[in-house]
Amino acid sequence: MKPPPFEYHAPVSVDEALAALAETGPHGKVLAGGQSLIPLLNMRLAAPSHLVDINRVGELNTIAARPGGVRVGALARHAAVERSAEAAAVLPLLRQALALVAHPVIRNRGTVVGSLVHADPSAEMPAVLALLGGSVRLARLGGEREVAAADFFTGPMESAVEPGELAVSAFFPAPPPRSGTAFQEVARRHGDYAVAGMAALVTLDEDLRIAAARVACVSVGPAPVVIDLSDACDRRPAASVPWDAVAAAVRDRIDPDGDIHATAEYRRHLTGVLAVRALKDAARNAGTEAADE
Amino acid sequence: MTTKLFGEPVQRREDARLVTGQGRYLDDLGPGALAAAFVRSPHAHARIKDIDVSAALDVEGLVAVYTWEDLPGALAEPLPLLIPHPALTHGRTAYPLAKDIVRHVGEPVVMVVAADRYLAEDACALIEVEYEFLKPVVGVEEAAQGVHLVHEDVPGNVGAHLVQEVPSREGRSAAEAIDAAPNRLEFRLDIERSASMPLEGRGVYARWDADDGSLRVYSSTQTSTSVRMAVAAKLGLPLPKVEVIAPDVGGGFGVKIVHPWPEEILVPWAARTLGREVKWTEDRREHFVSSAHERAQVQHVRVGFDDEGHVLGLDVTILHDHGAYTPYGIIVPIITSTQLLGPYKIGAYRVEFSSIYTNTVQVTPYRGAGRPQGVFCMERTLDRVAAYLGKDRTEVRAANFIGPDEFPYDQGLIFQDGRPLVYDSGNYPESLRMLKELIGWDSFPEMKARAAAEGRRIGIGIGCYVEGTGVGPYEGGHVQVTSDGRVHVSTGLTSQGQGHETVFAQIAATELGVPIERVSVVTGDTRRFGYAVGTFASRAAVMSGNAIALACRKVREKALRIAADALEADPRDLEITDGIVHVAGTPSASIPLATVAVLSNPLRYAFDEETKRATQFSGTSAPDRPPVDEGEEPGLEGRDYYSPIRSTFASGMHAAIVETDPETAEITILRYAVVHDCGKLINPMIVEGQIHGGVAQGVGGALYEKMVYDEHGQLLNASFMDFLMPYATEVPRIETAHLETPSPLNPLGVKGAGEAGVIPVSAVIASAIEDAEGIPIDRMPISPSDLHTLRLRLAG
Repeated sequence: MKPPPFEYHAPVSVDEALAALAETGPHGKVLAGGQSLIPLLNMRLAAPSHLVDINRVGELNTIAARPGGVRVGALARHAAVERSAEAAAVLPLLRQALALVAHPVIRNRGTVVGSLVHADPSAEMPAVLALLGGSVRLARLGGEREVAAADFFTGPMESAVEPGELAVSAFFPAPPPRSGTAFQEVARRHGDYAVAGMAALVTLDEDLRIAAARVACVSVGPAPVVIDLSDACDRRPAASVPWDAVAAAVRDRIDPDGDIHATAEYRRHLTGVLAVRALKDAARNAGTEAADE
Repeated sequence: MTTKLFGEPVQRREDARLVTGQGRYLDDLGPGALAAAFVRSPHAHARIKDIDVSAALDVEGLVAVYTWEDLPGALAEPLPLLIPHPALTHGRTAYPLAKDIVRHVGEPVVMVVAADRYLAEDACALIEVEYEFLKPVVGVEEAAQGVHLVHEDVPGNVGAHLVQEVPSREGRSAAEAIDAAPNRLEFRLDIERSASMPLEGRGVYARWDADDGSLRVYSSTQTSTSVRMAVAAKLGLPLPKVEVIAPDVGGGFGVKIVHPWPEEILVPWAARTLGREVKWTEDRREHFVSSAHERAQVQHVRVGFDDEGHVLGLDVTILHDHGAYTPYGIIVPIITSTQLLGPYKIGAYRVEFSSIYTNTVQVTPYRGAGRPQGVFCMERTLDRVAAYLGKDRTEVRAANFIGPDEFPYDQGLIFQDGRPLVYDSGNYPESLRMLKELIGWDSFPEMKARAAAEGRRIGIGIGCYVEGTGVGPYEGGHVQVTSDGRVHVSTGLTSQGQGHETVFAQIAATELGVPIERVSVVTGDTRRFGYAVGTFASRAAVMSGNAIALACRKVREKALRIAADALEADPRDLEITDGIVHVAGTPSASIPLATVAVLSNPLRYAFDEETKRATQFSGTSAPDRPPVDEGEEPGLEGRDYYSPIRSTFASGMHAAIVETDPETAEITILRYAVVHDCGKLINPMIVEGQIHGGVAQGVGGALYEKMVYDEHGQLLNASFMDFLMPYATEVPRIETAHLETPSPLNPLGVKGAGEAGVIPVSAVIASAIEDAEGIPIDRMPISPSDLHTLRLRLAG
């Protein structure tokens, strides 16, 4: 379990990193937290001939919380975002989800943007970005573009990042007022990738009825599966929502696979259960939010 | 008194070193050594047509490439079959490097030696092996049909077949007793594969000394003495020219008792051939596919019982999957079939096992070594008997217990050591009473009802076991008191984290009357002690503990004799306290043990203060006798061996309360209680630590761990991402209570404790889930997904 040979680049600025990526094109791979890439290299499942290590690019180590949302730079570690009180105030979902990302030592090193680019359909942060309708900013030598979450996750472990591009930041928009969020998952062991799970967002109307409800499911498709459940919640207060119908609506919309940890049938069942739990939590949090207004 | 340490919860003396990164594990040694890496078979069953190494030869730093054809003499022969047995009619072992045919994914085919491991792996990646595919045989039931063969010359894939039968007192066979019984049940049980999975894998580091013609080998092994003999034999070296040392070893749990591993002889051979230091450190991926697994069995059970729950006849047929090779013989299924009976006396018993070859990693003992499967069988059986009769599960167990006054109790079977299975001591009714009290068995129905009222499902389970521990044939101990008053203890068996530096020092300090700080312990170093068997079968405390105690008693006897001379006292009046020999009741008439050590040697160069001081005492030898008298030896040291007539039998009972989520089918262990009897406790804290570790591995086997092979013989979960060893977060707090039923078989009255914790856990958790869910649980492990499937099956 040692990586094959590669050439190592250690830029200290975004410009230098982009130059290295432009030069190496499809043969270059960005190293940030390394929590997925290093094992892939050591198992020789990936063999890029160039590694562009951005850990010295200090300008990417940013967390900017504004009323409209949180922009996370490419070097912001999971742990830093998780602990950011400013980020949590704008968007509690970040902390709710990050607490479920692996274990503290992995969160100390791994990055939020790295997790998005890695695009593991079982990972929490892609689901969060998808649920909120966020975006990823991709820079290349001489330009940059902002890619919406819906277009960013193109398949299992596949994202819209092109050769020569560097994901410099991700933007997580804040939901409207009277909204609440939650993350629910079941993992085989504490900190494992979820067998099933989801991020949920509920927005209440002025009468505290559910005006909008949405979930983004993990581990049940090639990319996060966003499901709008506003109709299923029937614009009722949480206490009288027909939750069985909501669970059924979720189960109808997903097509999970079975694997060595769970059958497809169990995943489908579990996703319905967790959707209801997450939506109830989110509705409760939205109620608290509304009461604070 | 400060020196009576036997039985005290002395803190582990090795921990400060180990937890602060000061341990010296295999890969910490030889930083400048060449690195070995292996090309391993990617196929489960194939014929090697050609090996093309040419592309690898350009790798900078490559030193050597070896295939089977390069191996000389005994190295080219199959590896030894360590423990033959008459029933193992078709034992087969692998070659160190595959010759012609590979029989499991991970079998070593080519060894590469290079300047470092990176380059060695680069070279491995460039070596092309051409294979002709053969039909992989996967799954013990498919293999048992014998349609395709793992070894061409092993018909039916049957390596071994053994039947043991004990008739009832009335002379009935098991079949007759079952047929005549008022109640009968018949069912099938399945247990999955797991593995020892020590956090440190295997590893070997060898240095050849050309000037001396000698070889030093470090191996992460559970038996350095036997590795030494294997290396000497395979390399054709005189035994005194080979020394083998087990450095700090990061866990063994059974897999490292197998020897010699291919790498354990290939790496020393390469070191000698190249005249260079060579090291190989197993990585995790290699460990999954090229070391050993255990546990997998299919069991068919027939049981007959009366209306009180007495088992009148039991018939168990076991299909045991032993993988591609049998280097360690059939110890595992023998233990399953004999230890299955646990603390019970039953009417008539028949057990039959077939040990079957498959194209998977070989099966050798893993902590528990066949017992978890046997206990799963017996305890599932008793739960079914209880359910059938509508009786409390503990009542049915109590009805079948061997009574406290029935020891020694002969089960009428032949145990793993080839000797009769005779339990030496135990008190099972008292164990059960303690366990019921600890877990609150009798009040559980109310707890369950309260939970049900809240929409929660909880269940309670129980499992009992007896464990033969401390198998022979022997271990030895050597104890030397040097003239500085220090006590040097050595024993040949190895340590993998058990706490031997602490418990053996406790024994020596207590026996010799010295402060523990003056005692040092060395294990697993053939330079210090050449004769040993190894650390497995919960035997270290029993075997080496007693040997060290006996060696200490020799030293003590000699010390008192010399001190009596010096003090002009009767040795029978002397005691040793805090390292001082003194006349009982007269502390002023005393001599330090250090001085006694000086006096024990007629050569007294005044190198140190103690030696200078010793001259004040008159000589110990009379002028008309030689300085070292007949029958005497210079020095204050002793060596002794302990060799038991047979194993000693520890026992225990566990209970657990689990909760199952009605929606997600998640399984949570709310409480876990253990009553444990390993005879006299040397160090209760270490025993509890052993129990905790064992239960943790048991939880793995019950709820998480399995080796998932596909039909091609590919292991689908060969990483810690997908092979789910429980984390600390998955292991419940463990409540323990000790019962001490001393063993009458050894001087210290101790029994083994190393494996105990793991043995009944699957049975206990199955029992508890069954109680919570009302669904028969007949296979382990069980995941939330599995439980969900069972619920659907029950519902529909």
